[in-house]
Amino acid sequence: MAFSFDLLTEALLFGVLLGCFYAAVSIGLSVSFGLLDVPNVAHPAIMVLGSYATYVVASYGLDPIVAGVLLMPVFFVLGILIYRFYYESFEKRGTEAGVRGLAFFFGIAFIIEVGLILVFGVDQRTVAARYIGSSLALGDYRIPYRMLVAFGVALVLTFSLTLYLSKTFTGRAIKAVAQDEAALRLMGVNPVRIKQWAFGIATGVSALAGAMLIIVGPVEPAVDRVYIGRTFCVVVLAGLGSMTGTLGAGLILGISESIVLMFFGASWAPAVAFGLLLVVLGIRPQGLFGR
Amino acid sequence: MRFWICAAVIALAAMGVALSGINEYVFFAAFVVLTYVVLATAWNILGGYAGYVNFGTPAFFGTGAYTAVVLFKWLGAPLIVQIFAGAAMGGLLGFGVGMLTLRLRGIFFAIATVAVIFIMETLMINWRYVGGATGLQLLRPEAMAPFASYTRMLFVVMALMAVAAVAVARYIQTSWIGRGLRAIRDSEEAAEASGVPTLRLKLVACVVSGALMGAAGAPMPMYLSFIEPASTFSLNYAIGALAAPMIGGTTHWLGPVLGALLLVTIQQIVTVTISNEINVLVVGVLLVLFVVLAPDGILGFFKRWLKASSK
Repeated sequence: MAFSFDLLTEALLFGVLLGCFYAAVSIGLSVSFGLLDVPNVAHPAIMVLGSYATYVVASYGLDPIVAGVLLMPVFFVLGILIYRFYYESFEKRGTEAGVRGLAFFFGIAFIIEVGLILVFGVDQRTVAARYIGSSLALGDYRIPYRMLVAFGVALVLTFSLTLYLSKTFTGRAIKAVAQDEAALRLMGVNPVRIKQWAFGIATGVSALAGAMLIIVGPVEPAVDRVYIGRTFCVVVLAGLGSMTGTLGAGLILGISESIVLMFFGASWAPAVAFGLLLVVLGIRPQGLFGR
Repeated sequence: MRFWICAAVIALAAMGVALSGINEYVFFAAFVVLTYVVLATAWNILGGYAGYVNFGTPAFFGTGAYTAVVLFKWLGAPLIVQIFAGAAMGGLLGFGVGMLTLRLRGIFFAIATVAVIFIMETLMINWRYVGGATGLQLLRPEAMAPFASYTRMLFVVMALMAVAAVAVARYIQTSWIGRGLRAIRDSEEAAEASGVPTLRLKLVACVVSGALMGAAGAPMPMYLSFIEPASTFSLNYAIGALAAPMIGGTTHWLGPVLGALLLVTIQQIVTVTISNEINVLVVGVLLVLFVVLAPDGILGFFKRWLKASSK
C-alpha cells in the first residue's frame, strides 16, 4: 500500500490504544515472571480462561468490565493455589526445577486450552455492551469505544499496581523478594508467603485482562498461543518487573504491530511480536527499562 | 553390539510387517507413533542431555516438511532427497537457534524457540509458491516395488529413521559429547571453567537435534498428501516432543523412545475411540502428572525397582 501521512497518523493512534491494551494483558506476567521468576508460560492461557469466565458471567446481563472485576478475587485464589502447587513440587525441591517447571506450566496451558475447547467448542465467543461496536468520530478518524475502554482500564491497572508496589509494605516486600530472598527472610518476612500473595495478584489481574481481551475482539480457546509472544515480548522488552516499563514496552509493540498491519497486511502482524522478542533477546536481554 | 543386533531386528521386523496383509490403518497410526519417536529422541539431545528446553519442535518439523514440498513441487525430487534436504534445513535452523544459546538460558531460550515457530509459520503463510495460508494439495507418486501402498512404504522409511535417530542419540549419550552436555546441564560455568567447549557442544546438540526433527517432518506432506501452515507448525508437536522424554525419562536414550511409544499409542487409541481434543488433553495431563510425581520418568521407576530387588 502506498505511503501516506494520514495512514501513518491513523496507524500511530491505533497503535497507542493497542499498546496500552498489550501492556494491560502483560502486566500480570510482569509480576509473576518479571518479579517472581516463575516461568509462567501458562499466563496467556489463564487470561483466556478469564475471557471465558467473563463471557459466562456477562451472559447473566452484567457489564463485561464489572464481570472481570468480580472475577478478580476468584482468580486471586486460583493463583495462590497454582503457586502453592508449583512451590511444593518444584521450588522447594530445588534441583533441576528449571526444565520441569517450564514443562509443568506448558502442560497447564494445554490443559486449560483443551478444557475450554471441550466445554465451549472451538467457535469464537463475544460479549455485548453499549461501547462494543460503536466508535468515536474524531475529525477524520474513527476510534472504536472498545479500544478506548481497554486503554482506560490499562492505565488504571498500571498506575494502581505501580503505586501498590512502591507505597505499601506488602508491595515493597514483593519487590524485595525479587532482589534478595535471603535478606527478606533475615528481616523476618516469609518469602514464600509474599510470593504466593504476589502470584495471586498477578493471576487476579489476569481476570480483568481476560475481560478486556474479549471486549477488544472475539476470543477462541487457541488465542493464547499468539499471546505467548505478545506478553513475553512486552515483559522482556520492559526489563523484567518494571511496571511503567511494561506500559512503555506495550506502546512500542502496539505501534509497531499497527504500522505493520496498516502497510503490510494482517498476515504479517502476528510475527511482529515474535520478531521483536527475538531481536530484544538477542541484543539486549535485560530489556530497555531494566529493573 | 547387542544394540546393533536389536536395531537390525527392529528394522527387518518393520519391513516384514509392511509386506504382510495387516490392515492399512495400523500403518497410518504407526507412522505417527514413529514420527514422535524421532521427534522425542531429537528433543532429548538438547533438552534432556544439555537441559535447554526447546518449545520450537514445530519450527524444525515444519521447516523439514516445507523443504520437502518445495523440492517435490520444483524438481519432483524423490522421497530420500526430500528427507536429506529436510534434515539439512532443520540442521541449519538448529545452528541459528544454537547461536541464541550464547546469551539465553532457561525460560528465555524456551520463549525464543516459540518465537522461531511463529516466524517460520508467518513466512510460510505469506509464501504463495507453497500455497500460503490455504495450503497445497500434493499428488503422491506410485508406491515402490515391494510395497502394496505408499503408506506402508512411509512406515518403513520412518521406522528406519527412528532406528537411525536412536543410534545417533545413543552415540552422543555415550561419547564425550554426551559427557560435555551433561556437564553443561549441571553447571554451565563449571563446565566452561574445566575446559568443556560449551558453545561448540551446544551448537552440535542444536544442529543434530534440528536435523533429526527436520528429517522427521519431511515425509509428513506425502503422508497427508497435503500441507498447510497452521497444522504443520502446531504447538501440539512441541508438547508431544517434550512430554515423551519427560514421561519416559530424560537421562537415557531409551527414555524418549518408551515415552513416545506409550504416549502416542494412547493418543492414537483415544483419537479413534473418543475424540481428537481429548488426545491433546491426555498429553497435558500425563506431562503434568509425570513432571510432578515422577521426575525421572518411567526409567526412574525401573531403576528404583532394580535397586530394590538387587538388595
